[in-house]
Amino acid sequence: MSEGQTHPLSVYFWIWGLLFVLSAGSYAVDYMDFQGIVRWSLILIFMFLKSGFIVAIFMHMVWERMALALAILVPPVLLLFLIGMMQIEGTYTESTRVEYFGNDVAVYEVPHVTAASEESH
Amino acid sequence: MSSATHSSVELKSGVKGFVKDWEDDKQTFHVPWGKAMMWIFLLSDTFIFSCFLTGYMNVRASTRVEWPPVSEIFSLSMGGEPIPLLLIAIMTFVLITSSGTMAMAVNMGYRRDRAKTAALMFATAAFGAIFVGMQAFEWTKLIVEEGIRPWGNPFGAPQFGSFFFMITGFHGLHVSIGVIYIAVVALKVLRGDYEKKGYEIVEITGLYWHFVDLVWVFIFAFFYLW
Repeated sequence: MSEGQTHPLSVYFWIWGLLFVLSAGSYAVDYMDFQGIVRWSLILIFMFLKSGFIVAIFMHMVWERMALALAILVPPVLLLFLIGMMQIEGTYTESTRVEYFGNDVAVYEVPHVTAASEESH
Repeated sequence: MSSATHSSVELKSGVKGFVKDWEDDKQTFHVPWGKAMMWIFLLSDTFIFSCFLTGYMNVRASTRVEWPPVSEIFSLSMGGEPIPLLLIAIMTFVLITSSGTMAMAVNMGYRRDRAKTAALMFATAAFGAIFVGMQAFEWTKLIVEEGIRPWGNPFGAPQFGSFFFMITGFHGLHVSIGVIYIAVVALKVLRGDYEKKGYEIVEITGLYWHFVDLVWVFIFAFFYLW
């Protein structure tokens, strides 16, 4: 390591272009109106590819020593437990709502205070 | 300072190097301390944003009321025809462009090209400012025209507003702070403050900026597209 992270400029230009393509891809998911499992998997694929390239190349993580890379990249894995537990908790809350308040959506709707009604107060 | 951060002992690579780095009782991270600290700050910030997004997921999973049609709410009319998520897509491209100019600035910094480094950093800050401007436009449109409030909205689940304003607001705050941070460092680069110390500071500033872009990738995926 002479001084910090020095890499050929072409690497950055390639990744820059790739990020544009991937962003266009994730925008296309909405524009072409994919639904269901196709939509969710495409969103996740584009998201992880984009974030992976940003961290690996723009933030130089592939060139860092393993001690730093693991110290930063391993702790976020714990978040999977939080996400998993909150998903279970969320669906459980929904099931109790259905059990106690029934399936009629109208029961859950809160009357909305619009901008117009706010002004008339 | 560089003699303190890069030790003179020969460093092993791979798994052996990983074990050796952590077993040394002197120094684990063989990078400038500012860079290690920035990474650790970004790690903590990752947890904050993850908590927001997980909370959003939890609420969206538990609500019985239909989630508002995000794609339609964030559409922009071009010649009468509403194009879904147009403004958000432009914001995404602006942020990626700024990430690219920042990466270039880091490279130019290590080449000790002060003028180009500062110019690229100012360009990055300008793109960041444009992003914040577009976000302000979006918020205004949502509050004034669509009547979306943190406690309710005319489209569906009332929690939509609170999560939208909290998550994009906290991200916008990061962008705004980043614009100031980058501009300050760019001025100091131009003045030649880092000629002796070296240009790691540009890389550290860059780490923060790329992180802001990184968070937007997740917000775009989960909030706008999902």
